[in-house]
Amino acid sequence: MTFTRFMQVGRIVLINYGPEEGKLATVVDIVDQNKCLIDGPADITGVERQVISYTRIALTDFLIKIDKNAKSKDVEKVWEEEDISGKWEATSWAKKLASRKRRVSLSDFDRFKVMVAKKQKAAIIAKKMAA
Amino acid sequence: MTTDTKTPRYYPAEDIKRPRKKHVLVKQNPTKIRSSITPGTVVIILAGRFRGKRVVCLKSLDSGLLLVSGPYKINGVPLRRVNQVYVIATSTKVDVSGVDVKSFDDAYFARSKDEKKGEEEEFFADDTPKPAVVSDQRKKDQKVVDDALLKTISAVDMLEGYLAASFTLNSKDKPHLMKF
Repeated sequence: MTFTRFMQVGRIVLINYGPEEGKLATVVDIVDQNKCLIDGPADITGVERQVISYTRIALTDFLIKIDKNAKSKDVEKVWEEEDISGKWEATSWAKKLASRKRRVSLSDFDRFKVMVAKKQKAAIIAKKMAA
Repeated sequence: MTTDTKTPRYYPAEDIKRPRKKHVLVKQNPTKIRSSITPGTVVIILAGRFRGKRVVCLKSLDSGLLLVSGPYKINGVPLRRVNQVYVIATSTKVDVSGVDVKSFDDAYFARSKDEKKGEEEEFFADDTPKPAVVSDQRKKDQKVVDDALLKTISAVDMLEGYLAASFTLNSKDKPHLMKF
C-alpha cells in the first residue's frame, strides 16, 4: 500500500478547519514540513492566498500543472481548463459533504417529508421482498 | 420650659394602623413576541395537554399569549391561548390572511364566574371528573376559522399530515443542532 496523494505544488486540497472550512484550494508553494502556501484561486473558491498548516487541510486526488509560486491568474487559468470545480462536485466525497450539510439545514417540515419518504421506500421494498 | 422637637410626650395606647404605601405597578410595554412567531407560523407546543402538537398560530393577544388553532379537525387542538415560552416556532408558514380573528381576545377565553361552589358543597361533591362542556358559540367559531384554514392547508403538499403528526425526539436527535 503506497501513497498516491502527495503534498506538492499544484495539489488541490480541501480546507477542514478555520474560517475557510469546506473550501477547495491549490497548493502553490511549500513553506516547511508543517505548512504550505495555498491559493483558491480567490475568484473561484473564495480562498485568498495564504499560508496554512497541514493539520488544517486534506489532500484530494486532483493535481494541476502550475509553476511554483504561480500567479493567481495563472492558477485560475489552469483550474478552469481542467474544470476542477466540476470534477470535485462529481466525487462521492463532495457529494457526502453536501448531503451532510443538507441534512443539518432541514426544517421540521422537511424532516417530516423525509420520514414519510423513507416509510414509502421501505413499503415498496417490503412488497418486493414478499413477492 | 422644655420644647418637644424630637419625641412626642403622648403615645396612643394601641398602635395606630397606618396603611402601607401602595406600590403601583404600571404595565407600560406590551409583551414582546419572538420575531420568529408571526400570524400563520406553524408552532410546536411543548407543554400542557397538547404537548407535541404542531399547530397554527393565528395572532398574538393583548395579554401576550398566542391565539392558536389545530385546526381542530386535523389534530384536535381547538382555538386556544398558549404562551410563547412553551412553544417552538418552525419556519413553516401558512397563509392566514383569509381567516378573521378580530373577534377573539382575552375576554373571549376568560372563565365564567358562576362556577363557584361553597366549600362544603365541594367537599361532598362527586370525585368523578365532569366532562368538559364546550359552548355552541365556541364550536361555531371553531368551524368558521377552521374552514378558512383548511382551504390554505390542503393547498400545500403534505402539510395536513405534518400538522396531524406529533413532534417527538429520538435518541439521535440533538435539539440544539436542529433547525426548525
